[in-house]
Amino acid sequence: MNEPRPLIVVENVSLYLKGLPILKDVSFNISAGDFLALIGPNGSGKTTLVRLILGLLKPTTGRVFLMGKPVEQFREWQKIGYVPQKATQFDSYFPASVKEVVAMGLLSLKKFPRFITSKDEAAIEQALEAVDMQDLKDRRIGELSGGQQQRVFIARAIVNGPDILFLDEPTTGVDAETQTRFYDMLAELNLRRKLTIVLITHDFGVLTKHVNKVACLNQRLFFHGTHAEFCSSEFVQDLLHGEHHLICHRH
Amino acid sequence: MPIMENFLTYIFIQRALWAGFFISFACAVLGVFLVLRRDAMLGHGLAHVTFTGVALGLFLYITPTLIALAVAILAALGMSKLKMRTGLYGDTAIGIVSSLGMALGIIIVTLAGSFNVDLFGYLFGNILAIEKEEVWLALILALGVLITVAFFYQEFLFLTFDPESAQASGIQVARLESFMAILAAITVVLAMKVVGILLVSALLVIPAAAALQVAKSFFQAMLISAMVALVSVLGGLVIAFFLDWPVSGTIVSVSAILFFLLYQMRRQRRI
Repeated sequence: MNEPRPLIVVENVSLYLKGLPILKDVSFNISAGDFLALIGPNGSGKTTLVRLILGLLKPTTGRVFLMGKPVEQFREWQKIGYVPQKATQFDSYFPASVKEVVAMGLLSLKKFPRFITSKDEAAIEQALEAVDMQDLKDRRIGELSGGQQQRVFIARAIVNGPDILFLDEPTTGVDAETQTRFYDMLAELNLRRKLTIVLITHDFGVLTKHVNKVACLNQRLFFHGTHAEFCSSEFVQDLLHGEHHLICHRH
Repeated sequence: MPIMENFLTYIFIQRALWAGFFISFACAVLGVFLVLRRDAMLGHGLAHVTFTGVALGLFLYITPTLIALAVAILAALGMSKLKMRTGLYGDTAIGIVSSLGMALGIIIVTLAGSFNVDLFGYLFGNILAIEKEEVWLALILALGVLITVAFFYQEFLFLTFDPESAQASGIQVARLESFMAILAAITVVLAMKVVGILLVSALLVIPAAAALQVAKSFFQAMLISAMVALVSVLGGLVIAFFLDWPVSGTIVSVSAILFFLLYQMRRQRRI
């Protein structure tokens, strides 16, 4: 069987900041349709790696290709959705409505002047429906719970129909039940919309059900492969100190 | 009301109202972005820098507003670069550039030694003495700022709310930040005519802060901020005229009262 074409290619990427290594010689591919979990301890460089892939940082050495193009030449940002780690850390009094927040996601599609049209309004409605938040569209974003806010940020990230969605620890501070619903929603987007998902997470629970690929990072990439390969990897079992029952048991 | 009709027949009042409305409108709209970006003190810093521009203009016998405009724009870009290149906190960069601006102004004033009276008007504002040409300049610049904000509204909103995601979606964040700083510089120079260098930041900050007490959306925040600014200018002018109070101080005091009213309204809602 042929491997699907890689949407993202990370080639020998290293990053040093003030002489200190942040990432060392990281290479891997992400293919269309993947639901990849990027895991690793705090300070392992997960967020930095995603920021490098998105062109928000420049690597010291190595290259990143997005959909076949070097990231510095990539212009089709409407094909990328991103929910940063700090997305929900905004000032809770910020006077943006849910609809206004989702509308921000449309800007990468538009050319100047970027006015919101009635067609855009329909796209916003659809994105909010996909995350089951259409009833709260006129509420101020700061009034919503953490889980609801995350859904709104997903809606913002998918409103222009991207091919890839990056999520940086999206369930931090969200209760267990909401987390489960949230991951189910992501799995559905991955299956139904064929959305490629890259999920930075500390939550090994998500590995039990949804993801099909795992990348394990700690400055270097220690593992990259399928969920099954991850489970059978002796190195990973050692690394996680016997938590493999939790990780590898699929329902 | 015959008294009000009388009030409105004075040419200097008409000019003050036209200039005041447009300038405060521009301040109120831009102020919402600045306050939410934690850049509220940018206006205060730029106002200090305009002191150098005004002093230089008076010294060289060139329209002080134009020189102040050029100096303020350069300073706004300078603060932005200083922050990026040195990694300084925003308020530190503002502190350095604004102090330098004030210092150079004092040196020029001392060297010239003859235009203290003119300078007084720029420091404390004198909208009742605004000339016809200055009204036109204010209208054109204020409209320019408002139209620009209307065209870049979505980008500015995204940049203000979540700069990292804005950058990840292909928006030229650094360019847009410089652009916003230039708009702030223009607005500050305009506002200097209404309330004076020392109270400029009030027109940028207070209406926006008042609007943020009750607004449920960003667009609503801009509308409420604009309303607060317009009521402050009208109320301030009327009160100052009939009580023979200084206009700049009265306008700012009215806006502060409106802020407290809206703050109370928010508290009542919560109860």
